[in-house]
Amino acid sequence: MELYLDLVSPPCRAVYLFAEALKIPFEFKLVDLSAGQQYSEEFGKLSVVKKVPVLKDGSFVLTESTAILEYLVQKCSVADHWFPADLQQRARVNEYLSWQHLNLRSHCSKVFLLRTLYPFVMGSEVPKEKMDAAVEDMKQSLNLLEEKFLQNKPFIVGNKISLADLVAMVEIMQPLGTGVDGFQGRPKLMAWRDRVKKELGEKLFDKTHEAVLNSSGLQQKMQNNSELQKLKPLFIKYFR
Amino acid sequence: MAVELYLDLFSQPCRSVFMFAKKNNIPFEFKKVSLMDGEHYGDDFGKISIIRKVPALRDGDFCLSESIAIMVYLAEKFQTPDFWYPADLQQRARVNEYLSWQHTAIRMQGSKMFWLRLMIPKMIGMEVPKEKMDGALEDLNNSLNLIEEKFLQDRPFIVGDRMSLADLVAIVEIMQPLGAGLDVFDGRPRLSSWRDRVRTFIGEELFDEAHQNILGAQEGLKQIDPSKLELFKPKILRLFL
Repeated sequence: MELYLDLVSPPCRAVYLFAEALKIPFEFKLVDLSAGQQYSEEFGKLSVVKKVPVLKDGSFVLTESTAILEYLVQKCSVADHWFPADLQQRARVNEYLSWQHLNLRSHCSKVFLLRTLYPFVMGSEVPKEKMDAAVEDMKQSLNLLEEKFLQNKPFIVGNKISLADLVAMVEIMQPLGTGVDGFQGRPKLMAWRDRVKKELGEKLFDKTHEAVLNSSGLQQKMQNNSELQKLKPLFIKYFR
Repeated sequence: MAVELYLDLFSQPCRSVFMFAKKNNIPFEFKKVSLMDGEHYGDDFGKISIIRKVPALRDGDFCLSESIAIMVYLAEKFQTPDFWYPADLQQRARVNEYLSWQHTAIRMQGSKMFWLRLMIPKMIGMEVPKEKMDGALEDLNNSLNLIEEKFLQDRPFIVGDRMSLADLVAIVEIMQPLGAGLDVFDGRPRLSSWRDRVRTFIGEELFDEAHQNILGAQEGLKQIDPSKLELFKPKILRLFL
């Protein structure tokens, strides 16, 4: 089984962490986003959507991290708590996985992209208004994460970690390296983060997040990459 | 006690849930939440869902939001036919793949067109800048292209010969811009015949009933008092402009 990944991408980290933590054998195929490799002809043959992560299991090719995670759960018979069979518990995981696309994921990503990609693509610093609005949206999503999804439970669904916690965590980590700390002033989220790290393995968690936390390294890489320079027009749509 | 479904058929995900429940003869109580009147911001609805969005489900003391979670819950609880959410590993993965992709790829774009063409001009009393419209239309077209090239291809439905939650969730989003007078099926014969198949599979009467409000939106809005829309102004302007 092949997993096409770049650990700078949150959904890639979720898939990677899950496969590694559960010792699911796979071949890591790097698709270097800061070199624009997702736009290569070769990768386009694998996935016309041109995004990571992608799973290839024999001739079966699958995109979308939540679909990939559920596929792995179903195929590899993992412990029930990751994606509980119980009707209501499963509904809670599904509810989070659905909500997060246009909320926590979208907002954390936007903050990250405004801090790292915007200057590169638009040739100027992000207007303060735009940045403030993005940070405010992220704050609202974090509030909902705490008030609705986590509440006073150890994990989103209850006493045990599930796909929901994994998918949430990687998103909050995304803008951390750019100086926007979603955990700051939120002791409940910090405690939850520590629990999640422990479940996955702290070393694994930290190793997985190394690249994205090195924000200046990422920016350097982008500046130095001639292929990426050519792709600038494609990225403008993120900021429109 | 029957399941309660909190819905407003102006909303795409509400339409999916509505058609799913009706088609499968799932007994439910329709609890109208009028978005135009801001009822989702009321105290009553706040007790059902702190997120303040529709659709929402209440089953005894279990409350659930997010249309996909709701439909999968209903499918499991009421043991609906397998084709809606197949048990087969790869087929289910294909349904999940579409259900995940669509949030940011088509849901946003279809919604955006509706707001840019109809609701925002009504709110602010002038047309949206051409640049914004063109950008939004381009994004929508790119997504529709992907639906045809990747998700549908030459198959009758997204996963194969039978309809699934993927088609149900897709169709309601693609119908949304129609409510603003943009015929996205024009020039897309493959998508049009898929729409016809979906409408037949669901049942024409049920499909049309679900879409009555949205297709009448242009007319309906002529009568609306613009001050009603003040409530949405800041959020919508930031989201779409």
